[in-house]
Amino acid sequence: MIDKKDVEYAAGLAQLKLDEEEKEKYTEQIGEILDYVDKLSELDTDDVVPTAYTVPMKNVLRKDEVQESLPREKSLANAPDEKDGQFRAPKIMSD
Amino acid sequence: MNIYDLTIHELKDKIAAGELTPAEIKNAYSDRINEVEDSVKSYITVTDQLADQGLAAYEKKKDGLLAGIPIAVKDNMSTDGIKTSCASKMLENYKPPYDATAVEKLSEAGAVIMGKTNMDEFAMGSSTENSAFFNTHNPWNLNHAPGGSSGGSAAAVAAGECAAALGSDTGGSIRQPAAYCGVVGLKPTYGMVSRYGLVAFASSLDQIGPITKDVEDSAIMMNVIAGHDPKDSTSIEGKKEDYTEYLKEDVSGMKIGIPEEYFNLDFDKEVKESVMAAVEKLKEAGAEVETVHMTDASYALAAYYVIAPAEASSNLARYDGVRYGLRSEHASDVSEMFTNTRHEGFGDEVKRRIMIGTYALSSGYYDAYYLKAQKVRTLIKDDFDRIFNDFDLIVTPTAPTTAIELGSKSDPLEMYYTDIFTVPINIAGVPAMSVPCGFDSNQMPIGLQLIGPHFGEGKIIQAAYTLEKLLNIKDKRAEL
Repeated sequence: MIDKKDVEYAAGLAQLKLDEEEKEKYTEQIGEILDYVDKLSELDTDDVVPTAYTVPMKNVLRKDEVQESLPREKSLANAPDEKDGQFRAPKIMSD
Repeated sequence: MNIYDLTIHELKDKIAAGELTPAEIKNAYSDRINEVEDSVKSYITVTDQLADQGLAAYEKKKDGLLAGIPIAVKDNMSTDGIKTSCASKMLENYKPPYDATAVEKLSEAGAVIMGKTNMDEFAMGSSTENSAFFNTHNPWNLNHAPGGSSGGSAAAVAAGECAAALGSDTGGSIRQPAAYCGVVGLKPTYGMVSRYGLVAFASSLDQIGPITKDVEDSAIMMNVIAGHDPKDSTSIEGKKEDYTEYLKEDVSGMKIGIPEEYFNLDFDKEVKESVMAAVEKLKEAGAEVETVHMTDASYALAAYYVIAPAEASSNLARYDGVRYGLRSEHASDVSEMFTNTRHEGFGDEVKRRIMIGTYALSSGYYDAYYLKAQKVRTLIKDDFDRIFNDFDLIVTPTAPTTAIELGSKSDPLEMYYTDIFTVPINIAGVPAMSVPCGFDSNQMPIGLQLIGPHFGEGKIIQAAYTLEKLLNIKDKRAEL
C-alpha cells in the first residue's frame, strides 16, 4: 500500500508540484489502482521472458549521411523565450 | 440522403459521375459543422485554411484515393503550422513545424482536412471528458459521452461533420468511441501505420487508425495511411496490401472464436444479447463459431495500467517549458520553472498517470511492477497466438456498456474498466475493429469487436463487411 510519502517521492521524481489536497487524493486513488494491479502477482511468470514489442523488431540502421533538417527559425518558432537564435531558459548555475 | 451523410466511396462515386464537385462537398460539410458544432463540439480547431488548400490542390491530386473528401484529424497528430494541442493547456498554443506522416499521406491522397478533433488530454481517458478545453457530446444523445480518447473524431464522423477521421488507439481509443458513436473504428496491427508526428503517449502501444461510416471506407483509409516509414523505426517493412480486395460478402468456413472468459465478465445484458445475435448471423452465413478459453481480460487491464503510465511518464518528461509549449510565468529559477510549468500545464488524469508510471519505474519497484507487467504481456500475446493457430478471428463486445452519461464516472478505476475488452488487443499488438451491431433500448449504438492475428486486417475487413451487409443498419444516422 502506498502512502503520502510515496506520492511525494514520485511527484518529486516527475517534477510535479502537488498541493496538500492533491497529495491526499492521489494517495487514495493511486493506492486503489495499484491494488488492482497487484492482480498480476496471481500469475506465475518465473520462466517468462518479458515482452517490450509484440511484433518482430530489429535495430534499424541507416547510412550516416547529412539529411535535410528543420531550419533554425522554424525550430525556434515555438520557443517560450529565445535569444540570438537559441532557446533561452532561467539560469542553471549561480554566478 | 444529405451530402454530409455520404460515405467516402459514395462521395467518390458522385464526383466521378459528375453529380457533385469537391467544392460542393466541402461546402456541405462546412455548413453541417456550422449547423451542429455548437451542440456536438467535435472540433478543437476547424481548419478552414487547410480545407481550402486541399480543395485548391484537387486538380493536381484528382487521382488520389481521397481526392476532394473531407477528413478530420485527432488533435494529437502534427499539422504543419496548425495548432496541435492534444487537448492540453501544455500545448494550447503549439504549432508543429512539420506534418505527421499520416497527415502527409492524407494530403497526398487529396483529402480536404476539415479540422482537428477533441480528445482526452494526451489521449489519456475514455470519455473525452479529460480534454482541458470542453466536453464533446455523443450525437446519438447529447447528454452522453462520445467515448474516448478519440471522442471528437468519432462524434465528428457520426454527426456528419466529416466523411471520415483519423484517431489513435493506445488501449481502445479508436474502437470504444467508434462503438459509442455507432461508427466503424479500426486499430491496425502495431507498426502498420507510421507514428511519426503522433504525439507520444505509450510508444509500444500507440497506433493510428481510421474512424469511418462503414467498412468499405475503413479499407480505403487503410490503403492511404498504412505502410513503412523510415521516420518511424517501429513501422513495419513489407509489401503493402490492397485492403479493398477483402470487401467480400463471404464468411463461409471462417473460424471465429468466442472467448468464454470475456463473455463471463460483468457487463450490460443488452450489449451481450446484441453481440451474440450478430455472431449468430455470421454462423448462419457459414462461419464456424466455437467457444475458446483465454486469460481473463482483467490481467491485461492490470498490465496496461503499469505499462502505459510507465511509458507515458517517460514520454511526457519532455514538457519542461524550455523548447515549446507552456512555460510558467511564476518561476524564479529553473527548477521552479519545471515544476510550475508541469503543475499549470497538465490536468488531473495526466498527473495521476505520470505518477503511477514514475512510481512503477522507480528503484525498488521496477521488478514488482514494470518487469512483471512486461512478463504478463508475453503471456497475453502467447494466449492470442495460441488461439490464432486454430482460428481466423475472435469476437467480443467492444465496450461493456453503451455510451456513458457525461459526468457519470468520477472514479479513475471505474473509467478504466470501460476499456476491459479493448486493452488486451494493444497489449498483444494485434489488429481489431469495432463495427456497429445494433442499438440498446435507449437507441444508443452497440459495437462488436473483431480481433485478428498480427497483419490480419484483411480477414477482419472481410468479416466486418459481411456482418454489415447481414445486419443492414449502416445507413442509420444520429438525428441532430
